[in-house]
Amino acid sequence: MVQIALNGLRVEVDEGMTILEAARFYGIAIPTLCYLEGLSPYGACRLCLVEIGSPGQSKLVTSCTYRVEEGLIVRTDSDWVIKRRKMLIELYLATCPSSKVIQDLASKYHVTSVRFTPWYEDCILCGLCVRMCAEQMQGKAIGFAHRGSNRKVTTPFDKESEVCRLCGGCMYVCPACQSRCQGPQEEQPVCNACLNLQQPCLDYFDDKMCFMDPCVACELDTNRELKVKRRL
Amino acid sequence: MNTNTRSKLAIPDDLTKRREMLKDRLDPKKQRIVVCGDTGCTVCGSRELVPVIEKVLQERGLAKKVELKIAGCLGFCENGPLVLVFPGAVFYQQVQAEDAEEIVEKTVLQGEIIERLLYTDSADGRKITCAYDIPFYKLQKRVLLETGWYIDPLDIDDYIAHGGYAALAKVLGEMTPEGVIAEMKKAGLRGRGGAGFPTGLKWEFCRASAGDEKYILCNADEGDPGAFMDRSLLEGNPHAVLEGIIISAYAVGAKEGIIYIRIEYPTAVLKIEQAVRQARELGLLGRDILGSGFDFEVAISKGAGAFVCGEETALIRAAEGKVGEPRQKPPYPADVGFGGKPTVINNVETFVNVPLIINRGAAAYHEIGTESSGGTKIFCLVGKVKNSGLVEVPFGTTLRQIIFGIGGGIKNGKRFKAVQTGGPSGGCLPEEMLDLKVDFKDLAQAGSIMGSGGMIVMDEDTCVVDVARYFLQFLKSESCGKCFSCRVGIQRMLEIYERITTGAGSIEDLDLLEELAVTVKDASMCGLGQTSANPVLSTLRYFREEYLAHVRDKRCPAGVCRPLFRYSIDKELCIGCGSCAEQCQAEAIVETEEGSYSINPELCTRCGVCMEICVADAIIKG
Repeated sequence: MVQIALNGLRVEVDEGMTILEAARFYGIAIPTLCYLEGLSPYGACRLCLVEIGSPGQSKLVTSCTYRVEEGLIVRTDSDWVIKRRKMLIELYLATCPSSKVIQDLASKYHVTSVRFTPWYEDCILCGLCVRMCAEQMQGKAIGFAHRGSNRKVTTPFDKESEVCRLCGGCMYVCPACQSRCQGPQEEQPVCNACLNLQQPCLDYFDDKMCFMDPCVACELDTNRELKVKRRL
Repeated sequence: MNTNTRSKLAIPDDLTKRREMLKDRLDPKKQRIVVCGDTGCTVCGSRELVPVIEKVLQERGLAKKVELKIAGCLGFCENGPLVLVFPGAVFYQQVQAEDAEEIVEKTVLQGEIIERLLYTDSADGRKITCAYDIPFYKLQKRVLLETGWYIDPLDIDDYIAHGGYAALAKVLGEMTPEGVIAEMKKAGLRGRGGAGFPTGLKWEFCRASAGDEKYILCNADEGDPGAFMDRSLLEGNPHAVLEGIIISAYAVGAKEGIIYIRIEYPTAVLKIEQAVRQARELGLLGRDILGSGFDFEVAISKGAGAFVCGEETALIRAAEGKVGEPRQKPPYPADVGFGGKPTVINNVETFVNVPLIINRGAAAYHEIGTESSGGTKIFCLVGKVKNSGLVEVPFGTTLRQIIFGIGGGIKNGKRFKAVQTGGPSGGCLPEEMLDLKVDFKDLAQAGSIMGSGGMIVMDEDTCVVDVARYFLQFLKSESCGKCFSCRVGIQRMLEIYERITTGAGSIEDLDLLEELAVTVKDASMCGLGQTSANPVLSTLRYFREEYLAHVRDKRCPAGVCRPLFRYSIDKELCIGCGSCAEQCQAEAIVETEEGSYSINPELCTRCGVCMEICVADAIIKG
């Protein structure tokens, strides 16, 4: 067991755990798109960024790949993290507005406008399908091809795969193509219809919003400062 | 010494004896002609020069008396092909095949100097004979590059004669691995690949790492456009690289090493392959090196030359034969590297420093450089500077000394505008920053990076917005696409740049650009993504006025972004010759009633042909 400081709480976690696993074990939500229990961590979606280290010397790391170490100070929802995460969600929303998973994330993080031209792509290249196929289904029917902006998930040489068993595992794990959001329009890629579903904030602590689950919506609330003042 | 006397060097004494036998190669009175064999000079015709000199020497019966050498890069690439004549280090530039006979005839035989081939100092117009007196060389501190002037990179005996492998013998004979690491730490040696991580510390981590099987990886995948110091070192002094690798292997406890080199460097590949072969023949690689009981082998892995493969985790994957994609660190290669085993990855230039530190001693080595970074750094000074080439200076030299002292200032009497350090993912520094001392820390504070040492100088005709856009374009096509923030972030930044440079940008775009750039910097997986924001953030920081001119006034002050400037004709100056109208492909120039000409901005494509051909200089850009 190693002791870490998780959002100001001293907690004990198993050695070898990643920050993400530790945080989830203690009920702290960290958003992810490319992580799935049972598949190897990939670190590509960058949403699980957390701040580690003491203030002034801290840095952002991906919690899905970073293993806990004795005395590690982790802040899962600091201002720095939230700012970067919001920008990433805005980028996701502009890339793939028809994904319900992404629209929900946007709602949760109060991303209400998108300042980029929407692309309406169907894939965010999280690689879940590739890892699902290789690691769980022992299929290795699909993989990545090309690089940079041309990168895509495909079968070898774009030909119909002989090893694919049509199990559908790839589609099952896909955050972008399975459940679709009908909300976004050509001009405005943000749906935000589910915005009302956000949970009300229970209480305000110094380091995190609520004891059980730092409701990020609360931190992003424009009235937050007022709320703090009121409390004082 | 010919090849049939190549017996293995079984003990350190054999090496000393061999060096003793080769003593006459160091004779300072011996007549030598050194021709630069580096790519720049080769392109200008140095390869054609060599057989001609050979032939002339044969004809005069001088083949035995005068030594002809094809060296690696001599450094002053601007004025190639270069020829040095010893004794006296007579420096001839832009030498062509027809000059060969004259060089042998006059300089070698009679000691006469050929005036027309000499370097002319741009400051006072005087001709300089000796290479060491040329300001370009005089102001440098050439400790790594110096040997390259005297040795034939294809001959191990040349290297041994000049003290080569002495450091290896010393390390194997007298030092413990811990002692070597301590020496590196004391010398303040920092990785020359870009991030500047202390080399001694890196070795120590790897040595402490569990497991018997460890690897040394030499990163010779130099990807920065405009950077060629690793290539020059490999081509000019490959044995120094190899010696550094063997010493590091001893310090770390590795049995195998891999040199990862890009296939785009065919000459460097050839030379390092030859070096490995020769070292193996002499028993400097293989089993029981110099009787010390230490075994080490080196393999050469050739990469297809993706920019991202210069990143260490991507390089490991590429060397393993997989797709060159980085992975998230930690674990660092010192724990999990090549084949999952602890690995030390160092840059070519870092390895070349290693024998130097052992030979000179850490304290003497650290006398050069700054407190935090010891030694010298090689820069590739390119762009709009008078003397471009390979420049070696101590850490702590100011940018001004490099650009205006060694570089001789800006070409064609233009004004200095910015210097980009560290290649495409470095930052642009303005004139105010010229007195910045170049080392890892200061450059990072200024918003740029050391990178591998590219230094691109820009003059007033350069639009920094366009420069940032250009570098992003490069990074976009070189991003591996694995992590979202780098792949999409760079594309989105580029989208904003397209808007700004075509006149469709707004002030809000600048804020968005900044917000996006810091996100890409903070959130990306590897060095490529993390530094990709540097050109954006540094130009926004130092050249905000220029950005504002683009988005607010819809004007490109440097006249580079085509939709944001216009050509017009000064009626006073126009002589009415009509040649501009004749040449204009867009038919945008028409004759006016007063007999002069005018340009229709609607039709004009801003190609600039009219301005070039106008004899009266009547065409104005702005």
